[in-house]
Amino acid sequence: MDNLIWIFVSALLINNFTLSYFLGLCPFLGVSGKLETAFRLGLANIFVMLITAACAYILNTWVLVYAPYLRLISFIIVIASSVQFVEMAMKKLSPDLFRALGIFLPLITTNCAILGLALFSTNKGYGFIEGMVYALGAGGGVTLALVLLAGVREETKILDIPNVIRGTAINLIIAGIISMAFMGFAGLFST
Amino acid sequence: MSKPENSNQNAHEFLKGLWDENPVFVAVLGMCPALAVTNTAINSLAMGLATTFVLVCSSILVSLLKSVIPKQVRITAYIIIIATFVTVVDFLLAAFTPAVHKELGAFIALIVVNCLILGRQEAFASKNTVGLSILDALGMSAGFTFAMLCIGIPREILGSGSLFDVLLFGDGFEPWVVMILPPGGFFMLGFLLLGFNWYSQKKKERELMKKN
Repeated sequence: MDNLIWIFVSALLINNFTLSYFLGLCPFLGVSGKLETAFRLGLANIFVMLITAACAYILNTWVLVYAPYLRLISFIIVIASSVQFVEMAMKKLSPDLFRALGIFLPLITTNCAILGLALFSTNKGYGFIEGMVYALGAGGGVTLALVLLAGVREETKILDIPNVIRGTAINLIIAGIISMAFMGFAGLFST
Repeated sequence: MSKPENSNQNAHEFLKGLWDENPVFVAVLGMCPALAVTNTAINSLAMGLATTFVLVCSSILVSLLKSVIPKQVRITAYIIIIATFVTVVDFLLAAFTPAVHKELGAFIALIVVNCLILGRQEAFASKNTVGLSILDALGMSAGFTFAMLCIGIPREILGSGSLFDVLLFGDGFEPWVVMILPPGGFFMLGFLLLGFNWYSQKKKERELMKKN
């Protein structure tokens, strides 16, 4: 149990996917203009990551032991198609959930955070439960980073900032400052 | 910097990637690797070269196969082609430079999802001849490598006081450690983009002055 909490907190705060591995930066900078959109994108991310962790576990246990060189190709194809499949099922079974998350799903299906999650949990040799907890932590971390950045960005819109630094430049510097704050979590658990 | 296509298209296809359409500074594509592995100059260079290999090889294959690939499944086909070459480069690096491979880790595999590569297949290689696609791929990856070094060299100099593992300063130098840690990547790219914006704004103003 201790181990699971450690995996969760580590992925959520200490080794945050966005702020210390730089994964999933394209949506991080692209969709973080409004707080509400950012939060929903984050939830969609958690959702896709859970599917990914399940797929990665199944592939690693039953398929890739025979053909390790197919790892990348099979991860991408299996993850993309199962997300598509779940999306169709969701549209049918729960239209509300689909309306909230649906438009983001194709956007994040093969972004680097998703593939990164599959690769990292493979490298760390996580089992099924550990993988799911890792996915939950990583997705929560991405959501946290998105919401924090979106909050600050909403404020910068009404501030008096020089024109040259507007746009991606200021967003990156804000992200840098948030990332610096997150480094403070590094000593949270002493082993 | 380069003239429009009518005069010398070949040179234009190559040069546009270096500056006018630089993938990192202008289009802001391929950010994940640009920030994650640029903590030393060597890693930046290795990442740049690995991306070059993948981009050039997939551009050749895509432009050769463009009439064979059905339009509906083209993206999937491109991804499979790219993933194949990334697997190749992953194994090559593991065999010949194990130290670099260990440093870059999963980020080599993550070249697959670098939007720059898929973007070039969709926007250029699938519509042009093999020769032009090679030039375009070489130019774009040269621009990418250039950008990686622009981020990596200052980060290594400031963060560990060395360049390509050669110590630059004496013992009195206190390394600015934050620059080789994740926040440094964000700051460095942010400041470079700031410089880039400032330069192009100045250039526009000068052109306006000339006209009036």
